Amino acid sequence: MQRLSNVFWLFGKELKSVLGDPVMVILILWSFVVAVMLEASGAGDTVRNAAIAIVDEDQSSLSRQISSALAPPWFQTPVAMNPDQAGAAMDTGRIMFVLSFPPNFAADVIAGKAPAAQLQVDATAVSQAQLGTDYISNIVQSETRAFLSGNPNALDPPLTLELRRAFNPNSNPVWFKAVSSLLNQLSLLTIALTGAAMLREREHGTIEHLMVMPLTPVEVALAKVLATMAVVLTAFTGSLLFVVQGALQVPMAGSVPLLVGGAAVYLWAAAAIGMFLGTMARSMAQFALLVIMVIIPVIMLSGGMGAVESQPDIVQRLTLALPSRHFLAFAKAVAFRGAGIESVWVELVLMAGLGGAFFVASLALFRRSMSLSS
Amino acid sequence: MTQPAQVARLERVSHRYGKAAALREVTLALPAGRMVGLIGPDGVGKSTLMGLIAGAKRLQQGRVLTLDGDMADVRHRAAIGGRIAYMPQGLGRNLYHDLSLRENLEFFGKLFGLGRTERAARIDRLTRATGLYPFLDRLAGKLSGGMKQKLGLCSALIHDPDFLLLDEPTTGVDPLSRRQFWDLIDAIRADRPGMSVLVSTAYMEEAARFDHLVAMNAGRVLAEADPQALMSQTGTGSVGEAYVALLQSGPSRADSITQRTPDATEPVASGEPAIRARALTRRFGDFTAVDSVSFDIARGEIFGFLGSNGCGKTTTMKMLTGLLPASKGEAWIFGQPVDAQDLETRRRVGFMSQSFSLYGELSVRENLLLHARLFHLGRALTDERMADLVPRFGLESYLDQRAEALPLGLRQRLSLAVAVIHAPDILILDEPTSGVDPQARDDFWRLLLDLSRKEGVTIFISTHFMDEALRCDRMSLMHAGRVLVTDTPSAIIRSRDAATLEDAFVDYISAEIPPEPSADAGLAIAPDDTISNCSSARDGSGFSLRRLLAFTAREAMQVRRDPVRLAFAFLGSALLLLIMSFGISQEVRNIPFAVLDQDRSPESRAYLSTFEDSAWFRGHAPLLDVDELKGRLASGELALALQIPPRFGADLRRGAGAEVAATIDGADTGRAGTIESYVSGAHAHVLAGPAGAAPALDVLSQPAAAAPVVLEPRFRYNPAMASLPAIGPSIPPLLLLLFPAILMAVSVAREKEIGTITNFYVTPTGRAEFLIGKQLVYIGITLLNFAILTALVVLVLGVPLHGDPLVLALAALVYAVAATGFGLLVSMLTATQVTAVFASTILSVMPTLQFSGMMEPVSSLDGPARVMGTFWPTTWYMAISVGTFTKGLGLTDLSGALIRLTAFGPVFTALAILALRKQER
Repeated sequence: MQRLSNVFWLFGKELKSVLGDPVMVILILWSFVVAVMLEASGAGDTVRNAAIAIVDEDQSSLSRQISSALAPPWFQTPVAMNPDQAGAAMDTGRIMFVLSFPPNFAADVIAGKAPAAQLQVDATAVSQAQLGTDYISNIVQSETRAFLSGNPNALDPPLTLELRRAFNPNSNPVWFKAVSSLLNQLSLLTIALTGAAMLREREHGTIEHLMVMPLTPVEVALAKVLATMAVVLTAFTGSLLFVVQGALQVPMAGSVPLLVGGAAVYLWAAAAIGMFLGTMARSMAQFALLVIMVIIPVIMLSGGMGAVESQPDIVQRLTLALPSRHFLAFAKAVAFRGAGIESVWVELVLMAGLGGAFFVASLALFRRSMSLSS
Repeated sequence: MTQPAQVARLERVSHRYGKAAALREVTLALPAGRMVGLIGPDGVGKSTLMGLIAGAKRLQQGRVLTLDGDMADVRHRAAIGGRIAYMPQGLGRNLYHDLSLRENLEFFGKLFGLGRTERAARIDRLTRATGLYPFLDRLAGKLSGGMKQKLGLCSALIHDPDFLLLDEPTTGVDPLSRRQFWDLIDAIRADRPGMSVLVSTAYMEEAARFDHLVAMNAGRVLAEADPQALMSQTGTGSVGEAYVALLQSGPSRADSITQRTPDATEPVASGEPAIRARALTRRFGDFTAVDSVSFDIARGEIFGFLGSNGCGKTTTMKMLTGLLPASKGEAWIFGQPVDAQDLETRRRVGFMSQSFSLYGELSVRENLLLHARLFHLGRALTDERMADLVPRFGLESYLDQRAEALPLGLRQRLSLAVAVIHAPDILILDEPTSGVDPQARDDFWRLLLDLSRKEGVTIFISTHFMDEALRCDRMSLMHAGRVLVTDTPSAIIRSRDAATLEDAFVDYISAEIPPEPSADAGLAIAPDDTISNCSSARDGSGFSLRRLLAFTAREAMQVRRDPVRLAFAFLGSALLLLIMSFGISQEVRNIPFAVLDQDRSPESRAYLSTFEDSAWFRGHAPLLDVDELKGRLASGELALALQIPPRFGADLRRGAGAEVAATIDGADTGRAGTIESYVSGAHAHVLAGPAGAAPALDVLSQPAAAAPVVLEPRFRYNPAMASLPAIGPSIPPLLLLLFPAILMAVSVAREKEIGTITNFYVTPTGRAEFLIGKQLVYIGITLLNFAILTALVVLVLGVPLHGDPLVLALAALVYAVAATGFGLLVSMLTATQVTAVFASTILSVMPTLQFSGMMEPVSSLDGPARVMGTFWPTTWYMAISVGTFTKGLGLTDLSGALIRLTAFGPVFTALAILALRKQER
């Protein structure tokens, strides 16, 4: 009971510290409002506004028909170029695709000779190159069929494929981006806030003050973790309700309380990582470097920027230790697929466990860091 | 040079910090060529006044004339910068603790434009005169407080100033060092009689040495006279009494601190000692901070701990509180061995550490309540203690002020109130009155005596003040980790046949210090033939490359002294490069899928086998119905479900056409798009497949199904469509921005927080010299990192560098300027390292990772994100890095990106320079 009340009072102190610093409050608002909006609303489809050039040596109605079918939002309005211009434009990155029609292209199509149209692709961005090629190929074939028959559906192949997207039927990219962006802000803020609170206390010598009172390191650390969790969770919930659901109009398939609960579990893990870094670093500069070293993998390998199952096996095994990976899996399931607790409890347990592990490790470092600071 | 009659003049000067007024309409003239003392309690505006005179603080109201010029005038400030020396308050606050003595002095010498030989000659002379010569290669942080102050003085004197300002130079310094310090000042003044000196001090006995005194209180000047006149005016016998008399507007109060002797009432010393230490030893590495210290402190006793700075007092106290484990020996509190884990003992101990360690952001009331609650006093007892302590410590009118806004003396009272809120049996106080003025110290001791005599509290206190030591029941003298003597103050005085405790102290310590050979080397500091007159060099106006490079050299030295930071920066980014390059893959493999085959015909099996045999897809147990399909997609087990309708085979055979439905998990839109393209690809493969591959689907291989056009894709730059050549060159642009930006921001914020930025305020250093000087170091680090990362990309990732390496290196250089420039800009917005780290991380991570074209081309972005991407340097460096590595481009192709990239650095840096204030607020 006494311990709980210690944690409670220390928690109150931490809250006042964070909220008493206007710069911190502004940065938190920036992260959860502006940054989420920017990141989510900026999201395009994988292929979007792709710059394309046409080298048209045919100048037929077919080549013009195909050019006009390459349209926004996927492609920018095609630019006509000669082959040299097109090569240079691709080199400098201004153009991603160059579609070339040879002379007599339309005539050969009508004659059934199946002429070749060349598509040059800037393959430095692999997935855009792949998808864009597919799109262009589909457009070229269907426009040609339509050209031949005057009716786009006339010569359908005997076997067709109907593609459906579950959970996001219109494949609106903002939905996923909003959630993964929220996760990024959660990770960044929580890790930085908790660790910095720890270091600040050490640099100001107040930690010594706490350690001569009848308090245990667990209570001190727990109060910091909980205070960060409270601040960030409030910001998260507000951002979820008013920015993601409100301004960005992302529908939630599952239960919002479950999502917030899961975020709380994730925050526990992230705060424990922050605490761990805070006890490990001996100066603010070292802490800053540690944060960057941790935050880049946490954001980039969580699955928000490239699917987890495409990672090499060894990296996949390493990222199991990233709570952010489990949280993204959880958040995707709840937010979009409407999953209930019965299908996401594994992720929750994993996150809680990872948090516990980091927390215990930081307690072990706590005493050591005390003697280093003196 | 003709000496002005007045070295400085103030006319109706007022200064405020927020709502609090530090100076109110002060009008004052300081005579030249003399030693002027500024006396008064804390928070009366002494430091503000000095800062204004030195030009370190920005003038708010009134007029300040220093050395015959208006300090509001930038040109005048720049012109006289080289003639002023200002030593700010706080032990070694403007020194670089991670540099050696020589390096510190070299740096200050360069700032004032001294040449190499001149610097060497002056350093040699000054350090010999101050006795620091043998320690030239010691780190400033490892010096004792007295030595730090001497070093500060050497730094101040290195350029032969005409006007020396010393803000509380002896606060927190032990009596012996203090004595040496003043002797040194006297000797210097004897050599340079023209030099004007302005000193502030909290030690009234020192004030008697000064030629002229200015007594201040509450932002106003109380009196101004020489010490003798001051004493006769007030009819008192010492400056301290005179001051107290002035403060009270009459010599009524008799119990001034200097007159008091130990209280007649003796403590009740019986039973086991409250604190017992036996052979307590603490080592840090091979340095022994505390060497076999033993003592007993009886219950209710006031026990004093005296000794020079760094002699182990604080370490001993920390061991007694359990903050530091002892290397050897034992200590008991009330008969219980000190145990860091024992929470019960902690309840009986109150501790007050040397530095203010309460929460500045909380109010006085909140601080008190927090501690009461953490000691579980309960509501009734808390109220009772608050009602008792608040009036007793005189905190009534400050209850709702933030603790950080209180003047030092009040803060110390609050700290003590907090330390006793739980009515501890023992109080351990580490230099609680350092920097506190006599009046406040007197009040403080009254409280201590009260606690000891009325409540039987045992008090263990360390101090530098002899008058305080005299009030202790017993005391220990400590030096170099050892206790020299433990006895009552009067017995200690008698043991050395000394007149005062201070003499006895000096006697004891002097006996321990081997005589310095340099002590009698003379104080010939005056310039002689070997030292040229440097008046031209002292003209501080104009840009100086030498000063800029002085900052560069100093920063580089400091970075080298912190190898851990460098290792983090280099190894960390190398590690990240490898993890990210191998870890991020834009290919989607092993897509988990399952089939709902409602036909089960040879045709359906043939169709599905294409998916099952592909490396892109990984088959899971088949689905039985549509509900299961939905459920397993929702659970996340499947990313793709293929549904073959009933009569699929039959329809195909009839030539009626059939449809396969593919349902893709659309939660992650990017991944869903890729899966979609793979499914379409596999489907097209079935349609176009040679008849032999799937005999059951022969029916499909009809001319009608064939495509009317052959589209020939040519994947340029990366024909194999491999991820590594695409990802590898795009990781360094991220790392080369984030690491330098944050290191740079922290580096400047650190100077602000620690206080070394004062050297920028009070020397003729220009804004650009300061910032660019520091920046050069981090640009160098970034380029080194660039070399390491490029080598890793080529050698370890095996991505060949097709383009011109020189263009890439040139781009890296201007990118480094941009990254560090951003760090500088962020540091201008933040005051502390915490906020610098926080702000630079939060502001740079998103545009760097998300909007720079790493995962998706900037052209695919929308709205503000696209604008941000366009106005972020990483975007352009990314284009150049990818362009040179994979596209093999040269300068002509990349000149557009290079020109845009080049613009960022100068703009960021210039903005930072404009935002930097040359004066403190």
